[in-house]
Amino acid sequence: MSESQREKDAVSGVDTTGHEWDGIRELDNPLPRWWLWVFWATVLFSVGYWVAMPAWPGVKSYTQGMLGQSDRRAVATALADLKTQRGASAARLTNASLEQIESDPALQAYALSVGQSVFGDNCATCHGPGGAGAKGYPNLRDDVWLWGGSLQDIQTTLKHGIRSGDPDARMSQMPAFGRDGMLDARQVSDLTEFVVALSGRQADRAAVGRAAQTFVDQCSSCHGVDGKGQQALGAPNLTDGDWLYGSDRAAISAQIHYGRNGVMPAWGQRFDEETIKALAVYIHANSGQ
Amino acid sequence: MSLWKHHGKLERHSLLLIIGIVVVVSIGGLVEIAPLFWLQSTIEKVDGVRPYTPLELAGRDIYIREGCYTCHSQMIRPLRDEVERYGHYSLAAESMYDHPFQWGSKRTGPDLARVGGKYSDTWHRDHLVDPRSVVPESVMPPYAFLASKDLPVSDIRAKMQAMTALGVPYTQDALDNAVTDLQAQADPFSTDAVALRKRYGAKVVNRDFDGDPDRITEMDALIAYLQMLGTMVDLRTYQAAEPANQR
Repeated sequence: MSESQREKDAVSGVDTTGHEWDGIRELDNPLPRWWLWVFWATVLFSVGYWVAMPAWPGVKSYTQGMLGQSDRRAVATALADLKTQRGASAARLTNASLEQIESDPALQAYALSVGQSVFGDNCATCHGPGGAGAKGYPNLRDDVWLWGGSLQDIQTTLKHGIRSGDPDARMSQMPAFGRDGMLDARQVSDLTEFVVALSGRQADRAAVGRAAQTFVDQCSSCHGVDGKGQQALGAPNLTDGDWLYGSDRAAISAQIHYGRNGVMPAWGQRFDEETIKALAVYIHANSGQ
Repeated sequence: MSLWKHHGKLERHSLLLIIGIVVVVSIGGLVEIAPLFWLQSTIEKVDGVRPYTPLELAGRDIYIREGCYTCHSQMIRPLRDEVERYGHYSLAAESMYDHPFQWGSKRTGPDLARVGGKYSDTWHRDHLVDPRSVVPESVMPPYAFLASKDLPVSDIRAKMQAMTALGVPYTQDALDNAVTDLQAQADPFSTDAVALRKRYGAKVVNRDFDGDPDRITEMDALIAYLQMLGTMVDLRTYQAAEPANQR
């Protein structure tokens, strides 16, 4: 690049910048008028913005702006609007009992739609999109309930959870009989046969006989002498075909050995009363209860 | 205009140009960032925010190491749909001891700012080991190896000290008991848990997070961290309508 004097370009009649690169010179055209106007308009806009919106920091606080814009106020208003939009059905949910909601078709339909959307967002993560459950996560579509399947039972479970740490949570504990040394490996395997027999399947008779007393001593206080379980303690019925952790011998033996205790979170603080009610109605309606 | 002539000087000297750029860019920083450190309204006054327990801090380091923040944000914005889905919008106070903060900027997965207590420990373990076993449509990679890696505890005190240098108010007592506190939180039967709760608050629960009671793994630490997220502040006592909390 070499310095040269500004001169008028002979062809266009416009000044050049006075620079020359390898014999190429550049025309010094002014900026397009429209571009310049837009530029000054944005500068002007920013001045208006400083006045209208929260903008400049001060020593203790910042300029609030004349429009009083606040994202947090805006979201509070939006949530209040939402409540209004949900209207009369939502308001009636507050006062109606669970049975009343279920017996009123319009109210039930509303509760079901609320329940479905909340379920999909929060419950489906463990219980599956349709509530059919998975190993370790109970199926909510059948009529087998660990802690009871009535509307009230479901509502209580939702609100306080199971072993959730909530003071009113449903609470019980399946001991880790094998791991904690309460039963030896032989006793665990005998007991496994016993449980298999309880559910009406073929099992080793000798082992079942050896385990009978163990079952009475160790298991019957929760699962009952007949093995039919107890909903007050969340103790599953061992005589049916429904198994939370699997039905084969390995799974049953693992459960006796490790004593896994499922946890259901408490939703009482996350959701308001109406949402819990809607969920209870939704779950109840979709179960085999 | 004589100013334009001087502009020529800037354009011809790269060092001058660099200095000029730095000056202009730092004005933006000074105006937008610096005031946050002295404005009293930056951090809301709420109860419950505490420094992370040693186990949670270790879990946070794993969260950062594994790059969880590239797909998960920890910032519920004050927008209706976000509050409806994730819960109360995030407060500045909730990340006041977060260095660096984990707000993130991308949500391939859901926001995690209030994931604490939303699912069980077992779910977190199942999900981290094989995300698609519980969420069939998930695109999250599996982190099963965390369950088999012992959590190194020897450097936890140094990590807490580093946080202290950044302004996190760990007491001398907390630093001295870093390793015991870490071990106590991962053990449901620990006798040191009382002291742990004394230092970090009654809400801290000591339990076996990863379902393997025999050792403390990286899975323990990560789940302990996840289960704490968004649970420190009792939002029912937060005065959302206070003028000081409006912004």
